[in-house]
Order: sequence, then C-alpha cells, then structure tokens
Amino acid sequence: MGKNLFDKIWDLHQVATLPTGQDQLFIGLHLIHEVTSPQAFAMIRERGLSVARPDRTFATVDHIVPTEDPRRPYADGLAEEMIRAIEKNTREFGIPFFGPDTDAQGIVHIIGPEMGLTQPGMTIACGDSHTSTHGAFGAIAFGIGTSQIRDVLATQTLAMNRLGVRRLWIEGILRKGVTAKDIILRILADLGVEGGIGYAYEYAGPAVERLCMEERMTLCNMSVEGGARVGYVNPDAVTFDYLKGRKYAPEGEAWDRALGFWKSVASDADATFDDEYRMNVDGLAPMVTWGINPGQAVSVEENLPLISDLPEKDRETARQAYAHMRFEEGRPIAGQKIDVAFIGSCTNGRISDFRDAAAVLKGRKIAGHVKALVVPGSMRVKAEAEKEGLHEIFRDAGCEWREPGCSMCLAMNPDRLTGTQLSASTSNRNFIGRQGSPTGRTLLLSPAMAAAAAVAGEITDVREMI
Amino acid sequence: MNDTQITRISGRGIPLPGDDIDTDRIIPARFMKCVTFDGLGQYAFHDARFEADGTEKRHPLNDPAYKNAEILIAGKNFGCGSSREHAPQALMRYGIRAVIGESFAEIFAGNCTVLGIPVVRAARGDVEALRKRVETDPVTEIRIDLASMRVDAGGLTFDIDMPDSARKSLTGGLWDTTTLLLAHAEQTRAMIGRLPYLRRFN
Ligand code: SF4
Repeated sequence: MGKNLFDKIWDLHQVATLPTGQDQLFIGLHLIHEVTSPQAFAMIRERGLSVARPDRTFATVDHIVPTEDPRRPYADGLAEEMIRAIEKNTREFGIPFFGPDTDAQGIVHIIGPEMGLTQPGMTIACGDSHTSTHGAFGAIAFGIGTSQIRDVLATQTLAMNRLGVRRLWIEGILRKGVTAKDIILRILADLGVEGGIGYAYEYAGPAVERLCMEERMTLCNMSVEGGARVGYVNPDAVTFDYLKGRKYAPEGEAWDRALGFWKSVASDADATFDDEYRMNVDGLAPMVTWGINPGQAVSVEENLPLISDLPEKDRETARQAYAHMRFEEGRPIAGQKIDVAFIGSCTNGRISDFRDAAAVLKGRKIAGHVKALVVPGSMRVKAEAEKEGLHEIFRDAGCEWREPGCSMCLAMNPDRLTGTQLSASTSNRNFIGRQGSPTGRTLLLSPAMAAAAAVAGEITDVREMI
Repeated sequence: MNDTQITRISGRGIPLPGDDIDTDRIIPARFMKCVTFDGLGQYAFHDARFEADGTEKRHPLNDPAYKNAEILIAGKNFGCGSSREHAPQALMRYGIRAVIGESFAEIFAGNCTVLGIPVVRAARGDVEALRKRVETDPVTEIRIDLASMRVDAGGLTFDIDMPDSARKSLTGGLWDTTTLLLAHAEQTRAMIGRLPYLRRFN
C-alpha cells in the first residue's frame, strides 16, 4: 500500500514519541517575523536557553512596516520598538535577518520560496498561520504559536499530533479570468471554515498540475481558512523549474541528489487518504466573499444567500455577517459599490498577481471615489514589477504603488480602512475589524477581480473586461 | 520542569454568543504592537466590548453578572484564523482558566494547552443548555473534570471531549513542552543522518 507525502515527510522527521502521546517532530526550516517572536526570545532567555539551529532559522519584518515612508526610525514608536527587537534578537543569536535595508525583505511566506529556502520534503514552521503557503512545494508547513516558537528556537523540534490527510482532487480547465484564488474560495464555500479541522489538504489532479508555483501558493495559503493547518501539492517538474538557480537551492551534483530526494517524497500512485473531495473547475466563475469569514463566498454571477436557505449550523454566523456587512439577503454581489481596493498580501502579492491586475488596469482609470493600494509582497517582487513597468500602469490608472509588506491585509501599519469603508481585497481574511477599522468591511477576491472593481467602482465580472 | 497538574477546574461561566469567533476578534491586531504579552488582558474582545469613543457595548465581558468568572462558554470553531498566541494570552491575562465550546480551531487549542488552559468540546445541545443555565443563574458553579471528562454545572451534567494528548499534558503536568523536547537532544542531533537537506545534499 502506497504512502502519501504527508506521512512520508512526517515519518522522516519524527524524532521521538513524547509521554503525552504526541510526536516530536524535527523542523527543517524555521521562519520568524517581528510580531510573534519577541516573546519567544524572552522565554528562552528567561530559561537560559539558546537557539539550537540558527542556520535553519531565517527572519524578516513584514507586518508592521510602513509602506509609504520606510525611513527609520518609524513614525510609529511601537513599530520601531518591534523592529529593533527583532534586529537585536537575530544579531544576538546569529540568525540571518532580511530587513528593509536589504533587497530580500518581504512577507515571510513570499521570501522563503523566492530565495529557494522553501524546498520539497521539508517540515517548515513559522509563527503565522499562513505558513501553509509553503506546502505548495511539497513540504509540510504549518503555523505555530509563540510558545511553540520558543520550542523550535530552543530545540528545532515541536510536540505535534499527526493529522489525517484529505485529498482534494481537482479536474477541469480554468476559464480566462478565473484563478487559483477562485478555486480556493469555492472550496472554502463548499467545505466550510471548519471542514478541514484535523486534516492536511493534498491538492492534486490535472487542474492542480497545470497551476504555476505562484498559483499553487495561493491555493495552499488559504488552506488554513478552511480549518486545515497544512495544505500541499506534490512536487513535480513545475516545482523543480521554479527552484533551479534560486539563492538557497542546491547546485551541481547536489542538485541532482536533491531531485532524487524531492521526487521520493511525493505521494505514491497508490497512496491512501483519510478522506477525498472532488471538484471540477470547468464551470467555475470568479468568486467574492460577502460575509465575515472566507467561507461566506458566492460567485460574481450569484445572489447573496437567504439565511433561511442555509444549513442550521451556518445561520448564526450569517446573521452576524449581514448585520456587520450591511448587505441585504438575496441581492447580487455584483454592483456592490466599493471604497477601497487592496492588491497584495501573502495570498496574492507575487509577480503573477500584479501582472493579472495590470492587464485589467492598463489604459484604464480607477473610479474617482476609490482608493487603490498596490503593495508588492517583497523587494524582489517590487523590483521585478518595476522592471516590467507594471508600477507605471498602476500609477497611470490612479493606484498607489507602495513599499513591500503585509499592509492592509491586517492593518498593523498605517494602511487601514476608516469607518464603514468597504474594501475589495486580495488578502485572505474578511474577519470583523481585520483591515483596521472595527466597522470596516472586506470582500475577498482575486487580483484581476480587485482591479476590475477598482475601475468600475463596484464589484463587477472581470471576464467582461479582458 | 514539572508543571502543575490540571485535572479539575471550577468557576463561574461567561456565556459568549456566536460561532466562528476568530482570533482577530479575541484580540484585534493593533494591540499586538508590543514585545511582551503582559498588558493584553484588558484588550480581550476589545472591539466587541467598546465603541470607538470608549463607551461600553452590550457584551458579557462588560456585564457585572459575569465579573471575575473564569470559564468561557463558546460556540463552534472558536479561535479560528490567525495563529497569534496573543489570543489565549489575552484570555488568560483577563482571567479565563478554561473554555468550553462546540469545536475549536486547531492552532488556537494547541496554544491554549501549552499555557495550561483546557479547551474542551461538548455537544451543541449541551453547550446551549450550559449557556442558558449561566444566563439565568450567573452564580452557577461549573466544574470541569478532566479525569472523568464530565462537566457538572449545578446538576446539569454532560460529557466533554478533547484530544488525548492535550488531556495527558494537562492532567500529567506536562503542558510545558520545552522540557519534554530537550530530553531528546541526542535523537534530534541524529536527524542529520536522515535528512539529506541538512547536509546540503552532499
Ligand atoms: S500578508 Fe496578511 S496573512 Fe500574510 S503574513 Fe502578512 S498579515 Fe499574515
């Protein structure tokens, strides 16, 4: 009987079984950022411990960095204190730090892959739930809390429970204007935001094989919104092509040996799974969320659901969603007027996302009442976009082209909604207050759909514009 | 280091309405601009509790009837969203010592366990009944017993559930994981022989 990728990698990395019955899992790559790590460093200092593997730990700063005026010291004293803390902690323990004064800084889930740190067959942990993104390379990657960061710093291992594996078998051909973001929003709408609890998601099938690495990252990124802590795609030629030549990727003979290892971790043809879900993307239309969690999504062709039509378990949250969003049941999502468009984040802040958005914005102007923020996910993405002239397209259209960071995905920096503003956002969470205003409202969609909404001033079907 | 063994917790309850309460609601991101967890208790559920001008909204945490209560009664998928340990830290520093709910997001539940906060699941009907009981009689003493995996709230009793490892961690006083992990330093070092990427494929 064949084995799936999850079990292969787990078994390889299992150090021991703990008295609690949990597995002790070795962590191949530990990524850290400024928001969830300072308390962990304080904890190891308090216990007189050190960092076990500074050579397997890499740091950046992304959540709090201002995207408009990056000069130090930051205008926000608390943000300045946080960046100083990570500078000090990484210096003291000899951890490589990709700060804003380097050409490698960016959102932690964007820079890991683009530097070739993220590789197939690894276990990857980071104090951030969207660590699932790295699973696109055929790794087991998951978010952890600060006490667990302490554990990884001190021991390079974690106490974990093994997950079950659900295979999501995806067939069909995406139509023009429909993207990986739409696939994952459809999955979340179908399986719900807690449907994946206890599972790792394996995304497989012909439609997944056809996705490029950046699209696979978008897919894996939002696994956690469905309750699945881990999402992955089996490594294949697309993965290897992406990695070749990256800064931390192996070279020469080591590359050949790496290929052997990477291929060996992929799920066997006769691998078994704890559960299976199948979908066909042939008829998939662009998706938009309408509520306060990412599973409350409809296609741009649909109307908002009637609460009475929903399963009993979803009604309470739907009622809260309608109250917060100030939307009416049964109305179409298309035509909903927006105030802000945000294009960026670890879900959709890579070069292909900006190409998609630029294709819509080229030669067009955004609506007069819309403020549009375009925020590259990393310094490298920014440089690449500028080399291709995308920033000119965005500026000519009336958008603001900013410095890299998380920005309005969670609004820990000055980029935020005010009052009840409605935002069309390419990020991953539409939770109440997520974009910085307790009464602010968020619609999640793809970069092309966000660009279309910025131009039209309202939610519209991007397929009519391309 | 051996931790306190946590087998029985008793206290009054706070009935928190709503399903899918995410960690952004438990602690909004702007309060995470800090390098210690110390002051987080006051910001638990901040935006659900206060208007922009600071006036109090109707919320169980503002209700004098539930002052100093220690057991949170939640709905389904509680703690979904971000991995921020700031969420359980804020609850703990507010004074919460256990959470009873229909279901929990995994990262949140794990974060609670390592802080010694049991999060236990119960059937929807039982959670509802407990919520009602506490609403009508806020002084009801809720007893959570991790040995028998039962809750007793003034005669209302029902079964609870939690991952076996979490139960063992708490009742065995093993919830601080660092010590357990450090014990296997030798085996950890041996991983270099098993994982070719640690040798850069050489
Ligand atoms: S972009 Fe958003 S979701 Fe991604 S790491 Fe930053 S804050 Fe988290």
